Amino acid sequence: MNMEGNAILVIEDLSMVFGGLRAIDAVSMYIKKGEIAALIGPNGAGKTTIFNCITGIYMPTDGTISISRNGLESGEPLHHIQGLKPNVINQLGLARTFQNIRLFSNMSVLENVMIGRHNSLKAGILNAIIRDSRTKEEEQRIIEESYSILKKLNLHMFVNEMASNLPYGAQRRLEIARALATDPFLLLLDEPVAGMNPQETRDLEETINIIRDQEKVTILLIEHDMSLVMNVSERIYVLDYGRLIAEGTPLEIKSNPEVIKAYLGE
Amino acid sequence: MKLRKIFSELIASLGNALWFVILLFPLMVMKVNVVGGKAMVQFRWNMVPMIAIGSFILSILWNRALVWNEHRQDKIESETVYYRIVTTIKGYFKNKAIKYSSLILLILFVALYPFLFGMYHTNVMITAFIYVILALGLNIVVGLGGLLNLGYAAFFAVGAYTYGLMWKYMGPMFMSAGIDTGWLFWIALPIAGVLAAVFGILLSLPVLRLRGDYLAIITLAFGEIVRMVLQNSGDITGGATGISLIPRPWFFGMKLAPRQAAVYIYYIVTVLVIFTIFVVRRIEDSRVGRALEAMREDEIACQAMGIDLVRNKLITFSMGAFFAGIAGVLLAAQTTYINPDSFTLWESIIILMAVVIGGTGSIPGAIGGALLLKLLPEYFRPLAQYRMLIYGVAMVLVIIFKSDGLLPRSRKKYTFEERPELDSAVGVSK
Repeated sequence: MNMEGNAILVIEDLSMVFGGLRAIDAVSMYIKKGEIAALIGPNGAGKTTIFNCITGIYMPTDGTISISRNGLESGEPLHHIQGLKPNVINQLGLARTFQNIRLFSNMSVLENVMIGRHNSLKAGILNAIIRDSRTKEEEQRIIEESYSILKKLNLHMFVNEMASNLPYGAQRRLEIARALATDPFLLLLDEPVAGMNPQETRDLEETINIIRDQEKVTILLIEHDMSLVMNVSERIYVLDYGRLIAEGTPLEIKSNPEVIKAYLGE
Repeated sequence: MKLRKIFSELIASLGNALWFVILLFPLMVMKVNVVGGKAMVQFRWNMVPMIAIGSFILSILWNRALVWNEHRQDKIESETVYYRIVTTIKGYFKNKAIKYSSLILLILFVALYPFLFGMYHTNVMITAFIYVILALGLNIVVGLGGLLNLGYAAFFAVGAYTYGLMWKYMGPMFMSAGIDTGWLFWIALPIAGVLAAVFGILLSLPVLRLRGDYLAIITLAFGEIVRMVLQNSGDITGGATGISLIPRPWFFGMKLAPRQAAVYIYYIVTVLVIFTIFVVRRIEDSRVGRALEAMREDEIACQAMGIDLVRNKLITFSMGAFFAGIAGVLLAAQTTYINPDSFTLWESIIILMAVVIGGTGSIPGAIGGALLLKLLPEYFRPLAQYRMLIYGVAMVLVIIFKSDGLLPRSRKKYTFEERPELDSAVGVSK
């Protein structure tokens, strides 16, 4: 695979087989540090399966997935992550959102984000029971940190609201807030604007840019909303029937005959 | 339109009445009398209209209640009568004088209970308090961790048998060494808690991947296995006859009369209840508790947020089991006799019911539920034969009309004041 730029995620020959179905067939791709990349393709092309392989929910049948937090150019070697548990992968700096919103719906908005910050704390059971001053400080610290994350995503008016009572668009943003709270270097967004109205989509577009520019988080997103994909992403991968059929800038993809065929048929 | 609706409701109720008449015919109408070795069937036809009218009225009331329940959510919450009553009561408790005086009254009542009432009532209250500890422990597993555990009584048994077996095998040694056997209680208390927690970890290892129904079945089987092992290894555990003459806790080397012993155990149990409430409250409102709740809400998302599910499940089961172990020692000390029959599936179900009726995940709910389920049957002995019926009806009513329990958990609220010089200044208030 020929890579240009400072890759932080490299996927090589990734395959995932469910029974007799080859959901992903020898896909190779890479993500550069600081970019916004998109993964598109018709329904059932295997986009979410790739996400699930990257984040450890599935164990890939074949191939390698490797990361390098500061990018290959920094001299940091690649680190294989395929087959690791989701929580370990998250701690290595990959965070994701889900296509079908998976919030902790009976917990408050702030608590949802606080869960994201779980691993930045150390308090164990005994600390919880004794509640020493260090634990209290820690607790106070994550409340503040979580609140400032909520503020960045313009969710701070909902702090004490139950997550399930939030409007749909806000729930999607809360998922992003929660993922950001885990301090990732790469954020994987699975259909972040699905079901949103045009106004909400424009707002989220802005949010995605802000996250990249201010938080210095690289973003890979799956999306069906082409206007969003074309507006925000710098590089696009197109997947069809588990195979990568195209890769390039939005302009190249728009005029790629293979892509048009995959979406519109012959 | 309205008339038509009423009409169809009446028809449905008539149908129900007819159905009940058929259903109850063999039970309520037919009666078999054995006269001189000959069975005679007696038909009590006068029961038929009674069943019909009774079930007709109940059916209409039930339908009305369901309709009411459906449209209850349509109203703005602050306008419902229930909400107003709750807020008025809460308003009174905001008043410091009322809050503290009622708290002092409660403490005085709990402290003086054994002197205000007799030994019988004290013993009833001890049992109820033991169930409060059990319900609080199960509340960690079911309410916080969201893992349905139907074998909880097994950990209760582990605790009780730890004390029982220690008495059986170490008691003679203590006696020949001239040490008061009452010390065994104080030694057994922490050991039983830890041992039960170890059993909790043992159980959680095979069920790490399971959830919901499957988890319930495995834990149910585990509970039965523990009981069967206790029952069938007669040489070690005394089998179905159990272990008797278990000593009461040590109290400055004095031989206490039964009544004094009950008072003493009452205070031990009360202290342990307070200890349990304290620990569970602290855990609930901490990093660990939050992680458990996240696991209850969504295991996949929880793992994707970097939380180790395996560790979380081990913590949940062992913590829940720890309190059951302690409760087991208390039971053995109170009754001075244990046998496997005290730890059947029915016990697990009662504890689970206490948690669900009180409000899953709520500490006041678990306490209230356990007191309700243990005290009411004790004071309504004449209705004892209808106990199952009443439990069942109560369960159905709670689940349909108040699905989050009688005393649902109120979530912690965080207040934030915006200050211009700081990004956010934060204060937490309950």
